[in-house]
Amino acid sequence: MSLSLTAGAIPGPRKDPEVALALGRRRKRADRIVRILCVGATLVGLAFLASILLTLTYRGFEAMSLRVFTHVTAPPGSEGGLLNPIVGSLIQAALGTAIGTPIGMLVGTYLAEYARGSKFGNAVRFVSDILLSAPSILIGLFVYQILVLPFGGFSGWAGIAALAIIVIPVVVRTTEDMLTLIPNTLREAVIGLGSPKWKMIVFVCWKSAMSGIITGILLAVARVAGETAPLLFTSLGNNAWSVDLTKPMSSLPVTIYSFAGSPFEDWIALAWAGALLITLGVLSLNILARTVLRGRK
Amino acid sequence: MKAGAGARRPPSPLTVRTIPLSQAATASSPIPTGAARRTGNLGDTVFEWACRGSGVFVLLLLGAIIIELFVAGLPAFRAFGLAFVTSTDWDPVQEVFGAGVSIYGTIVTAVLSIILAVPLAFGVAFYLTELAPAWLRRPVGTAIELLAAVPSIIYGMWGFFVIAPAFATHLQPWIIDNVGELPLIGFLFQGAPFGTGIFTAAFILAIMILPFIAATMRDVFEQVPPVYKESAYGLGATTWEVMRGVVIPYTRVSVVGGIMLGLGRALGETMAVTFVIGNANRISSSLFGPGNTIASLVALEFGESETGSLKLASLLALGFILFVLSFIVLATSRYLLRSRLKG
Repeated sequence: MSLSLTAGAIPGPRKDPEVALALGRRRKRADRIVRILCVGATLVGLAFLASILLTLTYRGFEAMSLRVFTHVTAPPGSEGGLLNPIVGSLIQAALGTAIGTPIGMLVGTYLAEYARGSKFGNAVRFVSDILLSAPSILIGLFVYQILVLPFGGFSGWAGIAALAIIVIPVVVRTTEDMLTLIPNTLREAVIGLGSPKWKMIVFVCWKSAMSGIITGILLAVARVAGETAPLLFTSLGNNAWSVDLTKPMSSLPVTIYSFAGSPFEDWIALAWAGALLITLGVLSLNILARTVLRGRK
Repeated sequence: MKAGAGARRPPSPLTVRTIPLSQAATASSPIPTGAARRTGNLGDTVFEWACRGSGVFVLLLLGAIIIELFVAGLPAFRAFGLAFVTSTDWDPVQEVFGAGVSIYGTIVTAVLSIILAVPLAFGVAFYLTELAPAWLRRPVGTAIELLAAVPSIIYGMWGFFVIAPAFATHLQPWIIDNVGELPLIGFLFQGAPFGTGIFTAAFILAIMILPFIAATMRDVFEQVPPVYKESAYGLGATTWEVMRGVVIPYTRVSVVGGIMLGLGRALGETMAVTFVIGNANRISSSLFGPGNTIASLVALEFGESETGSLKLASLLALGFILFVLSFIVLATSRYLLRSRLKG
């Protein structure tokens, strides 16, 4: 599969017109078959998305009612809602992002403005990339070890910490990417005016990269809003109303997980309602993020 | 014009000041020294150390995760030794734990999902870069990327309530009847059509990693210099021949990197797999049989483990093994994709 393949795949002209015609037909046919297969693959991919969305819409709207937003979770058969998981998810995703974002932005800034090409910078970039794709369940186990065990129990703070760790690499990646796109002439112009480097970064580089950084933050929120595995071992879930961050805290994904796996019809219906909510939220955040980025381009 | 611009350059003190800083922004040069350092103020120092400190923090974070998982899993490694990795026992009553089944399940589902996802991802990437009309590229590309945004738990529910019943009533009986009788590969497709199991888990995983692989492939395909493709087209090559003869050889390494990235994702996927894999601690020869993966076992059993028990230590040891597995795969992927990252 090197350059010689080009010669192998496209034979030179033949003397015999019959053979040449047949060869041409065969090549065209191969091309058409591959084209059809590729369109088919794309349609299959789109069909999966459509199936997921249609199932969610159908089963979710069936179970959706005002009660979902006004009542807390309740035992099966007793008219419960999803108020505490919704609020719990909002609190944890918001605080997790609020903690993870500044750290991620500083790391991204370090990589783009201070450590381009340096060994230490490469190490940080590598580690951040590993964290970006590392199994999130392991982050849950880690936070369980350092925040749940020593502090005597599951807590909202532990969940927030786990989500913050997931937010960091997402923000690092987009911040660095966006800062790298800024032309150096802009930096030189600012420095040439006598500004210190930190002012150049904060007031010029960050400002010009703002739409990209916001995209990264929105994507990070979308990512953590749907995370289940890291919350299983950290904020655990709570069937009563609680906004106390030192106590176990409910969240939508974990509630969906336990309700969907239960044998009770009304719980499963609530799980579908929750699934619809979370998917709508996550997908609209994603689309919003793309629009923010495109608006600038 | 150029000479004129050169003549109007700023006087030397300013030039002295610009050069080290622009180097700092473009190359590996450390903190600017000399004149620039003297004119810098407290803000610069504080800001730089805040950035650097955050970098150190991320580095320490990964180190802490590895060490913490290893230390917490140490009792299990001590109690069972190397046999922990190979043993297929998982008996909470007699306190005998082994990772064999879940490691097997993790690797089999991940590899199977790659086999299912790569052709699809290639098709999508090929379509998006070469075949699709320009107006369709963005919406279709976005839709495929949205597949990556759907939370894992949603895939789990969808898989459990939609895909598994469909497999149990339609696909699996047909495969068992038609392929299960074949020699050599038949045993892979025998047994009862439960709907859930290794195959279903791999199927769901394939859909989940499809957008990651497709997006990487699309990005690297787009980086092939147009001149190369145009010269092949100019020689009369068809689109497929250009793909096979020019684009794929040019991007081969990065494509493998993208596949490894998908593999790394598949290894650690938890919620979707937990829903559909059937959660049985045994290795069945049939792909339709139930099984478990490291992540699904940890997610299921963690709640039932007491603090300080050998079971909890074993689960954390499993976490450590999973981390090592995904670290190797992700590091390889990143190494293979390095040229793309630089570009």
